[in-house]
This record gives sequence, C-alpha cells and structure tokens, in this order.
Amino acid sequence: MSQRPPGAPPARLDPPPARIRPLARAALGTAAAVSALSRRVGLGSGSVIGGQVAVFAHRRLLAQLCDGRRVVLVSGTNGKSTTNHFLAAALATRGPVATNADGANMDAGMVVALGAEPDAANATLECDELWLPQVLRQVGPAVVTLLNLSRDQLDRTQEVRSIADGWRRALATLPTRAVVANADDPLVVWAASGALEGPGAGRVVWVGTGTWWTLDAAGCPACGGRIDFSDDDWACRDCSFVRPTPTYALVDDGLRTPTGDVLPLDLALPGRANRANAAMATAAAAELDVDPATAVAALSAVEDIAGRYRTAAVHGRPVRLLLAKNPAGWREALQMVDRSDAPAVVSINARIADGRDPSWLWDVPFEQLRGRFVVACGERRHDLAVRLAYAEVDHACAASLTEAVAMVAGRRDGTEATGAIDVIGNYTAVQDHLAEVDR
Amino acid sequence: MSEPSRTGDSAVRIALLYPELLGTYGDGGNATIVAQRLRWRGIPADIIEVTADDAIPASCDLYVLGGGEDGPQVEASRRLAAGGVLAGRVADGAVVFAVCAGMQLVGNAFPGADGESVPGLGILDCTTERTGEPRAVGELLVEADPSLGLGVDPSGTNGPMQLTGFENHAGRTRVGRRARPLGRVVAGVGNGSIGTDTRGQATEGAVATDARVVGTYLHGPALARNPALADLLARWVVGGDLPALDPERAGIDAESELLRAERLAAVRAGNLDGVLHRTWRDRLLGRN
Repeated sequence: MSQRPPGAPPARLDPPPARIRPLARAALGTAAAVSALSRRVGLGSGSVIGGQVAVFAHRRLLAQLCDGRRVVLVSGTNGKSTTNHFLAAALATRGPVATNADGANMDAGMVVALGAEPDAANATLECDELWLPQVLRQVGPAVVTLLNLSRDQLDRTQEVRSIADGWRRALATLPTRAVVANADDPLVVWAASGALEGPGAGRVVWVGTGTWWTLDAAGCPACGGRIDFSDDDWACRDCSFVRPTPTYALVDDGLRTPTGDVLPLDLALPGRANRANAAMATAAAAELDVDPATAVAALSAVEDIAGRYRTAAVHGRPVRLLLAKNPAGWREALQMVDRSDAPAVVSINARIADGRDPSWLWDVPFEQLRGRFVVACGERRHDLAVRLAYAEVDHACAASLTEAVAMVAGRRDGTEATGAIDVIGNYTAVQDHLAEVDR
Repeated sequence: MSEPSRTGDSAVRIALLYPELLGTYGDGGNATIVAQRLRWRGIPADIIEVTADDAIPASCDLYVLGGGEDGPQVEASRRLAAGGVLAGRVADGAVVFAVCAGMQLVGNAFPGADGESVPGLGILDCTTERTGEPRAVGELLVEADPSLGLGVDPSGTNGPMQLTGFENHAGRTRVGRRARPLGRVVAGVGNGSIGTDTRGQATEGAVATDARVVGTYLHGPALARNPALADLLARWVVGGDLPALDPERAGIDAESELLRAERLAAVRAGNLDGVLHRTWRDRLLGRN
C-alpha cells in the first residue's frame, strides 16, 4: 500500500522504486483482488471488473501505466483484435510487450494488460473506436493505427460519421508521433488527416489495403458530395478529397514496403481482411523500428485471436469459429469460407451487444453460399433461415452448435469429412458457441 | 385505382430507390422479397437499383424506399421531388412501399436534421413531427386493418393479421384524411402520440385511400417478417390473385411463420418496450 500521508498529491512522492508507482500498484492490487473474487463467484474472467475497480480507484492510472513506454493504439470497426495480436507478435521480436490480448478494449482492459507487464517497454492496445479520443487524451501514443469504419449496429448508425469526426478532432489537437491509416477507407483518411493539421503534427503513413466498404462512405466526409470508387482508387467528385498515395500497399503477391520490396504474405489466418490487418500491423511495427520482413515473419504465425479463427472441436468434430459483427465483417467472413463447397454454420443473436435489430442480414450477400448446405443457428436463427431461403441457399435450423455440427456431419461425404466445419457468428453467438466446444 | 398498373406479359419491374441514402436499415431486402415471391409463382421480376444520380425510371410497377438518417432523408426527398416522376407514377396506379424515413418523406412534411419542417412528396397523406418524446427503438407489433385484406392471423387466434417488426425513429406521424393507418399498435410506439385514432388508440403506418401507397415504421425488413404484406403488394402489382408458389419454394411460408411466431412470442414475453436503452455508447455520442 501507499506510504504517503492521506491527502498528499501523488506528484510529491519520491521517485518510484519500480516502473509502477505505489498508488498505481495499490489500485492494481485492489483490482487483482476483485478479479479473483469475480472469478471465484463465477462471474467470468474477472479482468474487466478488476480493471474498472482500478480505474475507479486511481483516475490517472492509464496515463501513468503508459508513461515511459512506447504505446501503439489500434482502433477501427473491424480487425482490431487481429491487428493487435499481429502487432504484439511483431513487437515481441524486440522484447516483452504489454497487450490487451483478450479484446477488453476500454480503459479497464488496457489497465489490466499494462499492469500485468510492468517491465515491457512496448505496448500495443486495441481501443474501442468510441473511446479512442479519450484514450488519446490520456496516453501519448507513439503510433495510432486506424483500420476502418463501418456501421456496426443498426440502432446506432449515425455513429460512423460522428466517430470519424471525433477521431479527426482528437488527432488535430493532440500530439501524436505517427498515425498509420488505411488509405482505402475515406472516413479513416478524413480522420487521419486531422493529424496533419495538429500541433503535434506527426506524420501519417498511408497503407493501401484494398478493403472497400463503400456503403457508409458514399457521402464525402469533407464536403458532403459523392465519392466515386473504382477498382483501386477513390475520389470525391465535388471537392479535392482523394485517396492518398500509400506508403505500404497490398499487391497481388504480397505487401509492398516503402523500399519497393514485395514481402510475400503467407498468413496462418485466412482471408483478404487479415491480409489488410497484416499490412496495417507491419506498417505500425515499422514505426517502432521493427523491420517489415521481421514483422511479417512474426505475424504470419499468429493463428488464434482470443478464440476466433480457432479450430476447436464439438464432440470430437473440428470446427473453425469466425467472428463477424456487422455487414462489412460478414462480407469478409463469407469471402474467407468461399474456398470450398463444404457445409457451413451461420449463427446470430440480437442482444444489446450485437444490436437488437438484425435487419442488416439483408445487406450481407448470403447468395454467395448457394450450392452449399448451411445450418442457421443462434437465437435469431429464424431470421437467418428466412434470409437464406430468399437467397435460395439449401439450409436447416439448429437450436445449438452441437446440433448444427451433427447436421453438417450428416450431410458430408467422405472426401470432405476431414476439414474443420466453418462457423460464422456474431458477437454473443460466438461467445455462446465457445462454451460448447470440447475442453 | 382498380386498374392494374401493369400491362402485357413483361417482367414486373421493382425500383429500389436510393439504396445509398435510404439503405441504412436493411430495408432493401423488401425489394428482394417481393421479386422472389413473384418469381417463385412463375412471374418474372426485375429489381432496378436507382441511385440518387439516376433519373427515376417511369416504367416501374413498384417503388421501394427504406429508412435512413436525417441528412440523407432530406437529400433523398429533394431529389425524388424533382420532376414529379414518382407522383406521376402513383397517379397512374404504380405501387409504393415506403419504410420509416421513406414513409416520412413520401408524406406531406417531416422534420429535418435540426427539427425544421421539410416538405415531403405529398403522395401519402401523413405528416411527421418531432414531439420531444424519446426516440422509439424496439420491437413493434401491429394488428393490421382487417379491410386491407391481409387475412386472418395464421397463429390460430382467428383474429386480424399481426404484423411484426423493429422500429427505430424519432418522429411521430399523423395520418390524414386521404389515408388510413396500416393497423393499430399492440406493442411499441408506431405513429405515436399524434397518430392515435378516433378511439384514442395508437396506430401504425399509413395506407393511401386514393392510391396504392403504403408506409410503415416496421423494419426487419418488414416483408421478411410479414409475407402477407409482401403478397398484398404483389397482388396490387399484378392486378389480381397470385398463382400458387412453386412447390419447391413453398416452404418459405412455414419458415416465415416460424420467424413471425418467434417474434410475437418475444414481444408477448415482455421486456421489449419501445424505449431506447441508453448505453455508454449513447452517452459518449450525446444521444438520447
């Protein structure tokens, strides 16, 4: 516990004996006790509630825990966790890294992650996109990595543009050394450009990721005009807002770096979206002096993102869990599974964390699953079943993942019986399914 | 209005209007659903996506509009009004199905981004205002006006058809004399405090009495959860009874009924009121 007399401000304390100052240590100690209690009474892993207690006990805790470290923040609608894991792997080539690998991406989760690695000189933290401006105010990050912005929950649509504006304001007023930003998302470009105007005016490293989600970006964030998208470019037709020239870019055979070299990307994780995440992580790691080839080698081996993409088993049958929270994420997930004609499972809930209106299912091109047998699962499986019916996809409903996997197994022939069954689900649906996998 | 709007054997043409402005809530699915239900009855149907830069095609049989945010709604209304094509098509007997922001903008007037009254297209006699009441977000259950011909509810109650959906809107809507409500609210807000009928009962949506224009606050999309409403639009478009569904596709009605029954049960189980649950996200955004 702290030795200082009550009421004395922390600034008068003697220099801290260790990286973490006594007050912060006390707050973290309380947090650890609460976490343990939470686990004991079966409320979950306990890290978030413990972190909340710590943040409540010590308001400058996050800032203090970041003090003296080089911190990378990762934010965006989709790909935060994966990019953060990629970055952790890349930064780990240079020593210990503090990271919120469990995806707890508000201040409480960050505090717990930083407290767990007091001696790590580098930290990479995924940050909820709405919290980013507040976190930027507390933490002077070395790098801010901005992935993409698309609509997440239908009861909150206006959000996307407000978030971009909030990011832009924060980056324009706060010192940041470097922003690594997706050049192919106009809302991200709009937000990141704020850094170019700021007093701290760091630099912006643009990354060409080739990830297009045009439904939320048709209106120009600069002038309200229309943005035209072509195969590999975009520009506002009414003002000077155009795609910046990328420093890093995904090309057919890999990632083109600033030196012009093309590094082959042979990732353990599937899909185009993860190639984009890898490009973003490599560019961000380079800002902390990790050589791009070293970063690519390290992140290529990443294969498990807090249970997502994990190949698990349900009653001995292998399944691969893919998380897709919104139309943009579902498009990417469908693209990840389109390499085969094997049966698949799709699963959604509509709890508050998912958004209570699953109408967005009609913005997802389920027609791409035609020719495959698909089992609809989750609390809103009947919404999915109707969507699949109108998409003319052969399907059935199952009340649990276990039942869905049994149905799929019954439909498989011998040739494809060995591969894992793809299961795409939204947030709480995947959480539910993780509880059903074999331990 | 007894004349079918369509002549000859050509495909039914369905215009999905301004999906980039009015495509926020998945309502584009309504066009897909009508088209598929026609095709599965042997009637060819085409969907024409019309962006805000395109001229509105004058040759379509059904025009579908969805929900959107305040700014895009004003923009969509301004562009749709230009040239009066849609009003002309309605006068010729074409069918319009308009959801949420779409319903508000085909009405007489609706609130703009700052609450100011913006003139609508005036093809559906209803007027939307902001009353200062909280945004209506949640499950919406409606007992359809029996005179619309949606039939009895298939759930076995022998009562009028129950329509289910999810509402998400700030405005409240008054239905004028040249329209009647789509139905009365069983659960949720619908047209709200200024949209009550002569008995003081809350109503939902609006149906023109002198044209084939239907407006509703039901998302889901509405026609996915309520195939009877989809078939009403289809009957209007083809000008008579519909052939039976292809037996290979006939399972859709049973599946839709499972969805409808599941949603009805969820609403009846309660705790799905029409009041927004504020979360920390809403607080950060200053939303109420």
